[in-house]
Amino acid sequence: MKSIRKIFGGGGGVNQFGMIIALVAIIIVFQIATGLTLNPTNVINVFLQYSYILILAIGMVMVIVAGHIDLSVGSVAAFVGIIVAQSMAVWHLPWPLAIVLGLVIGVLVGAWQGFWVAYVRVPAFIVTLAGQLIFRGGNQYIGNSTALPVPESYTVIGAGFLPDFGPDFGYSNPTLLIGLIVVVVLIIREIRARATRVRMGAEPQPVWASVVRLIVLCGITVYATYLFASGRAGTSLPIVAIILGVLIILYSFVTNTTVFGRHLYAVGGNSNAAVLSGVNSKRVNFFVMLNMSVLASIAGMVFVAYSGSSGPADGTGWELDAIAAVFVGGAAVAGGIGTITGSIIGGLVLAFLANGLSLVGTDANLVLIIRGLVLLIAVAFDVYSKVQGRPSVIGYLTRNFTRKSGGGDASTGTGSATEQPKSIDDSPQVLLP
Amino acid sequence: MTGGPTILEMRSITKEFPGVKALSDVSMTVAAGEIHAICGENGAGKSTLMKVLSGVYPYGTYSGDIVYQSQVVHFSGIKQSEAAGIVIIHQELALIPELSITENIFLGNEPSRFGVIDWESAHRQATELLARVGLNDDPDTKIKSLGVGKQQLVEIAKALHKSVKLLILDEPTAALNESESQHLLELIVGLKGKGVTSIMISHKLNEIEQVADTITIIRDGKTIETLDVKGDGVDEDRIIRGMVGRSLESRFPERTPNIGEVFFEVRDWNVQHPLDPSRMVCKNENFVVRRGEIVGFAGLMGAGRTELAMSLFGHSYGTYVSGEIIKDGKPIKVNSVAQAIANGIGYVSEDRKALGLNLLDTIKRATVSAGLAKITTNGVVSSVKEYETAERYRTMLRTKASSVNEGVTKLSGGNQQKVVLAKWMFTDPDILILDEPTRGIDVGAKFEIYGIIQELASQGKGIILISSELPELLGLSDRIYTIFEGQITNELTAEEANPESLMVSMTSKRTNVR
Repeated sequence: MKSIRKIFGGGGGVNQFGMIIALVAIIIVFQIATGLTLNPTNVINVFLQYSYILILAIGMVMVIVAGHIDLSVGSVAAFVGIIVAQSMAVWHLPWPLAIVLGLVIGVLVGAWQGFWVAYVRVPAFIVTLAGQLIFRGGNQYIGNSTALPVPESYTVIGAGFLPDFGPDFGYSNPTLLIGLIVVVVLIIREIRARATRVRMGAEPQPVWASVVRLIVLCGITVYATYLFASGRAGTSLPIVAIILGVLIILYSFVTNTTVFGRHLYAVGGNSNAAVLSGVNSKRVNFFVMLNMSVLASIAGMVFVAYSGSSGPADGTGWELDAIAAVFVGGAAVAGGIGTITGSIIGGLVLAFLANGLSLVGTDANLVLIIRGLVLLIAVAFDVYSKVQGRPSVIGYLTRNFTRKSGGGDASTGTGSATEQPKSIDDSPQVLLP
Repeated sequence: MTGGPTILEMRSITKEFPGVKALSDVSMTVAAGEIHAICGENGAGKSTLMKVLSGVYPYGTYSGDIVYQSQVVHFSGIKQSEAAGIVIIHQELALIPELSITENIFLGNEPSRFGVIDWESAHRQATELLARVGLNDDPDTKIKSLGVGKQQLVEIAKALHKSVKLLILDEPTAALNESESQHLLELIVGLKGKGVTSIMISHKLNEIEQVADTITIIRDGKTIETLDVKGDGVDEDRIIRGMVGRSLESRFPERTPNIGEVFFEVRDWNVQHPLDPSRMVCKNENFVVRRGEIVGFAGLMGAGRTELAMSLFGHSYGTYVSGEIIKDGKPIKVNSVAQAIANGIGYVSEDRKALGLNLLDTIKRATVSAGLAKITTNGVVSSVKEYETAERYRTMLRTKASSVNEGVTKLSGGNQQKVVLAKWMFTDPDILILDEPTRGIDVGAKFEIYGIIQELASQGKGIILISSELPELLGLSDRIYTIFEGQITNELTAEEANPESLMVSMTSKRTNVR
């Protein structure tokens, strides 16, 4: 198990290895039960059907890391969706301009919510609960509570595929090309990461660990490429999967390597300490709420394209799906912990679970119950592992392994101060405005 | 002693926390109907002793016997000690702001018939109780609309309702103004006339001298002596000698100070309390710091040292009213923490876990967290520079950790403090404010941190050292200011300062600033 951890790494707080295991387990179980889960058409469907939740999860994990919550994302998505649909159907805007309009509305809505959360200090729960009502109402007011179809040309961003070109091998050529690019990038990244570690003077990882990691990651890429490339004629990698991929890369970069990312985790981990380190916590809170609404607008536009029209009930319950994905993906309820990749994997866990259950023929109402239980158990593990002094949720699944490899759990109770009994006059003084 | 029968005897009380002996073999005897004061420096163990007595630390978590009204008692919680007539009033009041005076007095103890509260009776009793403590307000007034002084009286009324025999007051006048304090002290004396025994913890020696019959002095978790105020002719100086009487050991690295010119000056600094605008936490404070100088700030808990430090550091505490900061001959603005850092001010907070560190961080993330700009190009943080920086400080400060990728929670207090120091050293401040830099740290690590502080001073930085440990202040500082109730009361050179001279200025309003 030590070697597995060498390959996938356990650093950075959240143990993504555990979540990957959960995802693989779910896929394998349903593949065995139905034989359909890994069918190319099904995989493509899962992405078409759930990508908007994954897009929302990207923004939601940042909101939750900052210590907030956003309940308005479904309504904001629907609100932007109806405006975009209206702009094309009624005002005859060309679709690229309609998308720009949608993004602008997303920014405005986000600035509105961010203002209340960051500068008036109304709890985000309340602000976005109000937003849920306001923008749902906005959607139904603008659309007269009826569905509004969108032009064919626009649906490509939600339901379209990469157009094929070149000689016909029986596979989608552009998908193969993207798969190849990903493999090359993975290899280059691994080589550069090794070089960086050497420059830092850290103990270089054994070569075999790098090689095994590359083989596993490239293998997954190749297999995914095969799945997307070998679907029904006319299908390939969905456009929406590309949008999702770009967003994942962009936001992983932002959260991992930029100053804004550092400030985000600092505010979520200990807001007072962050402020006393010079972080402008208001600005962080403002932008994190703004960003969420922009991503909600993208999700809304993608969904309208996927379903071909904008309706009054679009986006109902999305906020809960996104929040569930984030928590299953290892974010901590108290903030400060959570990653983009973790949340995407958490979202995929829930997506393949729902997909698998419906393939097995489970009653749709039962699916809801099961998904609710999965969320509850995931967060229960979070609380439990907090008590154990461990930060991750599904990392629990690998607890027995990591305990051994880590040489005992040293993270619990080191300082004597933490063990002194809390008494009633230990209440914190009011220090920060 | 007033000679009355003994109401309470605490015999050989020893209380340990993991790694710390808070009380060792403490004994004291309280006669019925007296006012018994407990004196000692910050952290001497006064509050711990009272928590043992009142059952906050239940029987079994300490050793020794409590004999109350001639019986050995085993309290398992506050409920039991209250039933026996021992009521403790904490420094932080435990009233519920949104409820009325009556509701607070009877909280958990409501007069009722068949589960229905008899408000008429409650109201009548409340009025009587308020009259006894000299409070004229309507018993229906909500607590939040009362000042701290009146709230204190409500607490006492509540204690009286529980037919208190032994009243424990922990720093009762710390948050009160002069006239409120006087009223409260008179009330305590009045209660004594009605047979209520009081134990009072206070830092204000003049008040103790005024009302106490007997004084027990505690130092380093041990009883030092018991003084009979009237009989022994005790005055403030006598109490101070008992509180500080210990020798300075050579616990400090050798250092030859190399002090330059004045480069940092604070003028007429005034700050209001964040919640109570009528209270000033900094009153016209003026001080200077020279290059390479370690300037100590002495004061008792609540005197306003942290409040001063945080208000200088980007107005992080209270409401800024007026005052100027001059650095290198030019006035500077510190309206935000970022601005303070940019102007070369660093602040190591007294509460490492709540304000100093994000406990989810690794050592390297924590080390660079206040100086991110230095390792950032185009908004992207360089992980290589981050690693190198953290590694450099880890070697320099000899932080004990397997690597800088380790989480800060896994470090001991001393090593966590080194990470916090590294974080502020990395911002390269000219003025570094250290607020209780060795709190909760063992002796070995303290010595190392003293060395780091001296090294920083020798680099020409100005160090502002706030500490509750007088030996630490005396051992490190080149000059010491004393603060009492938000005012700088004295300025002493290293030669002039000794525990007695500091304690005199820390406990009185006599200002003597040159």
